[in-house]
Amino acid sequence: MAERRFTKDHEWIELNGAIATVGITNYAQEQLGDVVFVDLPPAGKKITKGGEAAVVESVKAASEVYSPVTGEVVESNADLAKNPALANTAAEAGGWFVKIKVADPKELSALMDAAAYKKFVDGLH
Amino acid sequence: MSEAAADLRKTALHALHVELGARMVPFAGYDMPVQYPAGILTEHNHTRAKAGLFDVSHMGQARLWGVGADKAIEALVPGNIVGLAPTRIRYTVFTNDKGGILDDLTIGRAADHLSIVVNAACKEADYEHMRRGLPKSMRLEILEDRALLALQGPAAEAVMARFAPDAAKLTFMAFAGMKVAGLDCTVFRSGYTGEDGYEISVANKDAESFARKLLKEPEVMPIGLGARDSLRLEAGLCLYGHDLDTTTTPAEGDLGWTIAKRRREEGGGFPGDKIVLKQLADGPPRIRVGIKPDGRAPAREGTVVLAAQGPNAGKEIGKITSGGFGPTANGPVAMGYVTKGNNAVGTPLGLVVRGTTLGAKVASLPFVPHRYKKA
Repeated sequence: MAERRFTKDHEWIELNGAIATVGITNYAQEQLGDVVFVDLPPAGKKITKGGEAAVVESVKAASEVYSPVTGEVVESNADLAKNPALANTAAEAGGWFVKIKVADPKELSALMDAAAYKKFVDGLH
Repeated sequence: MSEAAADLRKTALHALHVELGARMVPFAGYDMPVQYPAGILTEHNHTRAKAGLFDVSHMGQARLWGVGADKAIEALVPGNIVGLAPTRIRYTVFTNDKGGILDDLTIGRAADHLSIVVNAACKEADYEHMRRGLPKSMRLEILEDRALLALQGPAAEAVMARFAPDAAKLTFMAFAGMKVAGLDCTVFRSGYTGEDGYEISVANKDAESFARKLLKEPEVMPIGLGARDSLRLEAGLCLYGHDLDTTTTPAEGDLGWTIAKRRREEGGGFPGDKIVLKQLADGPPRIRVGIKPDGRAPAREGTVVLAAQGPNAGKEIGKITSGGFGPTANGPVAMGYVTKGNNAVGTPLGLVVRGTTLGAKVASLPFVPHRYKKA
């Protein structure tokens, strides 16, 4: 089981070989409220660490999903595009956003692990 | 807007909102519930299916007293207030001398005064505007000690009838003073969702216990500002400060229906009358329309609207002033302004969303049919 890492912008990332899966955290989906639309990047799109990877829209507002790493999109979640509510009901599982071919796996080690992220979120209240 | 939490005003229901688990946000100087734990989609759908309870106590409630108050206030609004029948409410606007809209409001005729409800963000300015613009013989009474609750949805009548049998007898845009659950209330058959329903003015000291009684009814759930916004947008109703402001006239706002025939025949007699009446006669340079994006992506307030056909294809012709996702419409819905000639229903438009031009069409409003109790 690959280890998950987390960003301060509330994305999660999990690396399997050279491919990382990226989504938004449960905390993020709670803050967003009901997700009604996601704008996902096409396969082949180059994205940079901290750059916009996708857009998630709740009833209220649009928010960016930032890429935790630099790389190239290999797949977007077609199920999520069809059923954006997956971002709420399965944020850290079936509601993933993109799979990215990671340029430099070492970028992940700078991110928070689960315990550090939990502490970070607890500090936001 | 950065409003320090400490400076925010609280309605009489504030503690109840917090107890119910609402997410509180600053709105028009008040700390207000944007949603409860059920979430905006559920709250929206519940209101359309059954009945939703909204706290709209931030809005300004006032009474205008004085002989000839109806005639006097016509100097500030384009509506026919002199011709307003007793117990009836009318939607109208305050205009400035350029015909721009200072606020939208409702005026009701009670036996011995006019009942006025204005927007929260504008209320102090509106009161000052009335004090300055009305004769000294008129007395403006601000009802600071009253809360305003809205009960909206197809089950609203049945629920209200349990507490006030006479409430069922009111028709859309009528109001009356009556006992509700034993409390002295003013009950308006009006709202901001497109559904049948009521707005109930009740003393602050009784507001929480009354709200709790309503919430105990099986059809009723509390609804926040988030769903209030999606409900009113689907109903094609304007949000002041977004769809209407001092740069938009009633003609541009597609509110020509609020300018009474008699007032037109009399040449106006309200601020900015010449500008507004000329626009009504000639067609305004731009007009508010419904906009339906072709795809699933919502287009938000501020989105640039492009012409999609004709010699101006690709040129900016307007902006979206309210846009989001309509749960009942099951897709994105929006309102905005387009220049003259681009406002026919079905006209193709382009919407610039995150740098990409998405297709859309001018749509008739409302997106979801009104279900008012007209008779």
